[in-house]
Amino acid sequence: MIHARDLRKSFTDKAGHVVEAVRGIDIDVRRGEAFGFLGPNGAGKSSTMRMIAAVSPVSGGELRILGRDPAEHGPAIRSRLGVCPQEDTLDNELNVFDNLYIYGRYFGIPKREVRERAEELLEFVQLTDKRSAKVEGLSGGMKRRLTIARSLINRPEILLLDEPTTGLDPQARHILWDRLFRLKQQGVTLVITTHYMDEAEQLCDRLVVMDRGVIAAEGSPLELIRAHSTREVSELRFPVGDHEATAEKVADLGERVEVLPDRILVYSDDGEHVLEQVHDRGLRPIATLVRRSTLEDVFLRLTGRTLVD
Amino acid sequence: MSATAEPTLSRDDHRLSSWRGVVRQYDYHWTVYKRTWKSSIVSSFLSPLLYVLAMGVLLGGFVHVGAARLGGAPSYLAFIVPGLIAAQAMQTAVFETTYPVMGALKWHKSFWAQLASPLEARDLANAMLAFTLFRVGSTCGVYFLVMSPFGVFGTWWGPVAAWPATMLVGMTFATWTFAFSAFVEGPDSFGLIFRLGLIPLFLFSGSFFPISNLGPVLEWVARLTPLWHGVNLTRMLCLGHLDWPTAAINVAVLVVLLVAGWRTAVRSLTRRTAL
Ligand SMILES: Nc1ncnc2c1ncn2[C@@H]1O[C@H](COP(=O)(O)OP(=O)(O)O)[C@@H](O)[C@H]1O
Ligand SMILES: [Mg+2]
Repeated sequence: MIHARDLRKSFTDKAGHVVEAVRGIDIDVRRGEAFGFLGPNGAGKSSTMRMIAAVSPVSGGELRILGRDPAEHGPAIRSRLGVCPQEDTLDNELNVFDNLYIYGRYFGIPKREVRERAEELLEFVQLTDKRSAKVEGLSGGMKRRLTIARSLINRPEILLLDEPTTGLDPQARHILWDRLFRLKQQGVTLVITTHYMDEAEQLCDRLVVMDRGVIAAEGSPLELIRAHSTREVSELRFPVGDHEATAEKVADLGERVEVLPDRILVYSDDGEHVLEQVHDRGLRPIATLVRRSTLEDVFLRLTGRTLVD
Repeated sequence: MSATAEPTLSRDDHRLSSWRGVVRQYDYHWTVYKRTWKSSIVSSFLSPLLYVLAMGVLLGGFVHVGAARLGGAPSYLAFIVPGLIAAQAMQTAVFETTYPVMGALKWHKSFWAQLASPLEARDLANAMLAFTLFRVGSTCGVYFLVMSPFGVFGTWWGPVAAWPATMLVGMTFATWTFAFSAFVEGPDSFGLIFRLGLIPLFLFSGSFFPISNLGPVLEWVARLTPLWHGVNLTRMLCLGHLDWPTAAINVAVLVVLLVAGWRTAVRSLTRRTAL
């Protein structure tokens, strides 16, 4: 569905400096899968998504979407895509229904069909009772759902979602995830960017970890965790300022130790056992926690940095 | 989302024709117009008539010069009305291609939504210019109709032929203003257009007095402005005193500027949106 080799994007900013946002990435997205880009702010996720959406010209490398070259076949590609950009482009001055209707007309869908489709989609994203409301007054979660409804108006083969739940409260996120699950079950290919590791784990069959314009690793969430982290993580919290010194004393307890500003992470296959040994050595952490490894740990391992700062 | 009747899948395999690119945005512009037409009535229809009243009737009552000095117009009112309509075409066109373009880029972002669909920058520019043509055409059309009972037109066909002439002037300004609006960063630059462009043109391009009054040097400057060509053409047609070679030059200048402006407008928006 999407094929990229050595894909690059650079911008010239106002001061005339060249910013390399995407620095040679390879990706292959298959039909029906949910594919993710996980990375912190500035990793180049949006720049990549905009190239895939055939709105941003490619600076280098090769890109094929649905077998076509976006430089040559932009309109053909865009007629088959659904796009939810990071910053929504809903028309605040129009009401909810008109936003869907007008957008559907851009795709050349006949009037009657676009009306029916708009009603169906309002039902799907649970906005039927907001049908005649101005977009301006909607909550962030509702706007996101409306954007998703709008992106589905042309029955896309691929749906691109750039940070679909950033800035939403937990309940709004869960409603959104549920809708995305349903779309996946209907066979829509999803491409999602996120800087939330839980979102990536929940939604993505396969993902790439992206940082500073390059791909650091690729695989299913489980594969990535297996390949780049241990089964369990013991988190130790000591009084502020003690972490560096204490880390040396526990360094041999796990396969690996990470020191964060507020805690020490010890990676091992048996977290409880690590805690016991910490106590045996006479160390008294203020708080402890044993948990399974997540994509956050993978990211930390690969880049030495945390995802959300 | 259930599978009822098999939906027709709307898929494009090629670039849209320019015509289809515009037609697909008809619903958008029509919906917006339905919401805003009331507020445009004052600027489109009422204030021009106030100009006619104040300048043409009340001020014109003091103007007693021979028809020879007024381009053959039997009265100052008959002289000024075609000039005012041509100037109104320019104003409407500039208005529709400044803030609306900035709004579509920055505030309501409709350009960015449209660009995610099969439409291209070319189509967005064309549709907005087509809407501007509608606004110029309807505003000037009403102007001509309202003025026709007052005996200011020399022949019945004069204003009929002058109507497309005003659209030509309007669109010449619309294309270049569109190009400018898609180029500048924000709306602050529009003050420049209004103060250094619209107002001097409005006052000194022959709408209110024959440009020969300006003296030989400034007269030639005025002759170089697109508004003068529009005013002169509209006036000759309205009064029925047509000098064919001059009319041909007026039309040629406006058409050349219009075509060049159109291409510049499309290029300007294409560049602005290809990030
Ligand atoms: N239009 C632009 N002009 C200049 N620099 C840009 C532009 N868009 C993005 N960038 C830069 O490119 C880098 C990657 O940005 P982006 O793709 O938005 O990352 P992400 O979506 O992962 O947060 C950032 O350093 C950003 O400042
Ligand atoms: Mg982004």
